[in-house]
Amino acid sequence: MDALPLTMEVWFLSVVLGGLLALAITWARASAMPPLVGLARAYVFVFRGTPLLVQLFVVYYGLASFAVVRASLFWPFLRDAFSCAVLALALCTAAYQSEIFRMALAAIPHGQIEAARACGMSGLTLFRRIVFPIALRQALPAYTTELISMVKSTALVSLVTLWDVMSVALKIRNDTLVTYTPLLIAGAIYFVVNYCLARAFAALEHLLSPHLRGRPPSAKVADVL
Amino acid sequence: MSPFVALGFGPHGWGLALLQGALMTLLVATVGLLIGAAIGALVSWAKLSRAWLPAAVGDFYAAIFRGVPELLVVYFVYFGSSALLTGAAHLAGYGGFLGVPAFLAGALAVGVISGAYQAELYRGAFLAIPKGELEAARACGMGGWVMFRRIVAPQVVRFALPGLNNLWQVALKDSSLISVTGLAELMRVSQVASGSTRQPFTFYLAGGALYLVLTVFSNRLFEFAEARAALSRRQAGA
Repeated sequence: MDALPLTMEVWFLSVVLGGLLALAITWARASAMPPLVGLARAYVFVFRGTPLLVQLFVVYYGLASFAVVRASLFWPFLRDAFSCAVLALALCTAAYQSEIFRMALAAIPHGQIEAARACGMSGLTLFRRIVFPIALRQALPAYTTELISMVKSTALVSLVTLWDVMSVALKIRNDTLVTYTPLLIAGAIYFVVNYCLARAFAALEHLLSPHLRGRPPSAKVADVL
Repeated sequence: MSPFVALGFGPHGWGLALLQGALMTLLVATVGLLIGAAIGALVSWAKLSRAWLPAAVGDFYAAIFRGVPELLVVYFVYFGSSALLTGAAHLAGYGGFLGVPAFLAGALAVGVISGAYQAELYRGAFLAIPKGELEAARACGMGGWVMFRRIVAPQVVRFALPGLNNLWQVALKDSSLISVTGLAELMRVSQVASGSTRQPFTFYLAGGALYLVLTVFSNRLFEFAEARAALSRRQAGA
């Protein structure tokens, strides 16, 4: 249980950083400039097509092998396993999150945007009042899935010498030669975290979509007429 | 050693080993997907059942294996299957340790996880079959197994193909986790090669590129299969 904070830190940082990067990628993808669109598509293709483990190892082991990286000012940052893990996880989740954002943007009914423009909204106002709320609602189910997937991916950082829940379970196994119990407990911890996440986001979805829930059964005929 | 020599096919080159690793990855992922298909069919059948017990068991299975990290499942299956096999051997009177081959344990792990997702996929695909077809089959007097073979199975496969494409990619990527068991699949070969030649960037990049190649080829294959499956059906998106 003591390793849970580390797991949660890795998860939170990588999700937030990945989310910011994903916003940039989605913006590039939606822009009208072909080079930017191509760059975004290539990024998503590479980071969704390769296993996270490969990406993690490239960042952690691979980047350190370049002398130019070692001499740069990023080196203290890149030497640390925690930063490398967060970086790799963030890069991976950015690809998936940008796809979710893109899907959410595409799902906004065009009529709403037309109406907003007819009312004179443009740019930031349009984004703030129309695009963002609708996209948020559309993206929530897929986003929840991605968040849960990220929690599971943090288990991989045990393979780059970080002491997360997974590493602790394996260490207990090595020390005490009891195989199942630590793994089962670790599994239970992950499961509980994921379950709480899923319920929290389901509640959020419910909160954000009162207009989709239909008329309550106690409505009177007079209300409808 | 320049990266090109290291990746090549000469006496010091790891190119052949990488390709063999890719082949092993393909094999493990395929077997894993097939095991997952069997498990998924079973679990979705349980979930669709009218009795509460199979439905609860099915839901429980799916919830567990979708909420737990894949790495944990790989370790669990790898250690657990060896322990089970050894325990069974002890019961039969044989002492000592029996290990399950890494390939089987790995494929089983991938299959178990994939099965949880495939169950949801097959359940949705089954519910998408027009009810009229099932009624007509019953009216023609088809029994359970015949109806399954002639009506349900082909339709489920057809509806599930796009989702299966996605799950196949997931299986390919989960197979990289089996490297922790020591199986010589692509990830493990990359690891060994990078350690031996002290060129981690080259080899992990090469491994990643090979995974991408596998992804692109499987995508093409699935698109072809989906086109074939949609031939007899007019649909809005085709």
